[in-house]
Amino acid sequence: MDISIPDMVFYLFASITVASGVLVISARNPVHSVLWLILAFFSAAGLFVLMGAEFLAMLLVVVYVGAVAVLFLFVVMMLDINFSELRQGMLQHLPLGGLIGFVLLGELIALSVAWTFGDDVAKNAASPTPTDPAVTNTEALGQLLYTDYIFIFQTAGLILLVAMIGAIVLTLRDRPGVRKQNIGAQVNRRPEEAFDLVDVESGKGVSLPSKKG
Amino acid sequence: MTVGLGHYLTVAAILFVFGVFGIFLNRKNVIIILMSVELMLLAVNINLVAFSTFQGDMAGQVLAMFVLTVAAAEAAIGLAILVVYFRSRGSIAVEDINQMKG
Repeated sequence: MDISIPDMVFYLFASITVASGVLVISARNPVHSVLWLILAFFSAAGLFVLMGAEFLAMLLVVVYVGAVAVLFLFVVMMLDINFSELRQGMLQHLPLGGLIGFVLLGELIALSVAWTFGDDVAKNAASPTPTDPAVTNTEALGQLLYTDYIFIFQTAGLILLVAMIGAIVLTLRDRPGVRKQNIGAQVNRRPEEAFDLVDVESGKGVSLPSKKG
Repeated sequence: MTVGLGHYLTVAAILFVFGVFGIFLNRKNVIIILMSVELMLLAVNINLVAFSTFQGDMAGQVLAMFVLTVAAAEAAIGLAILVVYFRSRGSIAVEDINQMKG
């Protein structure tokens, strides 16, 4: 049995993806979980490259590894959480989870083995992949994204905006008792309320007027 | 046996099941649950791209991009809620999260 190089690479990336998926859910330390998650995303990006979806592969590396995984790392490291306490009773749900997982896996594999494309599926493609090898994956994707799917694309941007504003609103807090610079009050200060000119007779001294504002 | 659609679907299926399994296994730790959800979404993305490639239809990759967008938004919001919850309770145990209901 001879295996071609791309097939070998597929098995390599696939096994790394699955193995790091296992380690994400079973690692003792959540920081390690995040690092395994990064490895899973990275090797999934390799699978994407093998399938010819180069743009999505790069997007996966940039967005997931660069942003989402780092966000997870920040939160895991910032919050002072007692993780050993959270791990208590971990094996309590193992039988049920294992059963459901096995049933789900069996169903999914049975489905993907037993199921085939219809005869006319190639004719019914919503937006066929360009056959011209000069058109790169990124270009083909861009030509679709900015024409046929422009409204969905805009909606995706809106979703990101809402998520950004939502995350800021949720986590922003006003702590009482913190001294802050109030620029508005500083700019609105007038000379007459800031200082008084007092004639001081010699030898008498001066009683200070009460401060305004 | 050359690698075909079935191989990719199998990898995605295994990854998805591990995501489901991770939610059962780490019932108390919301961070791991969020990571399991990310794993499941990754499996869905692998499925979409596999179908897109082997069927010659770019729409699958466009859809995978939108799934990616929503996953990123979901992670940001989920972690923000987690931080707020941790601030108010000092723990991220999900079991007593139902005390938050008004």
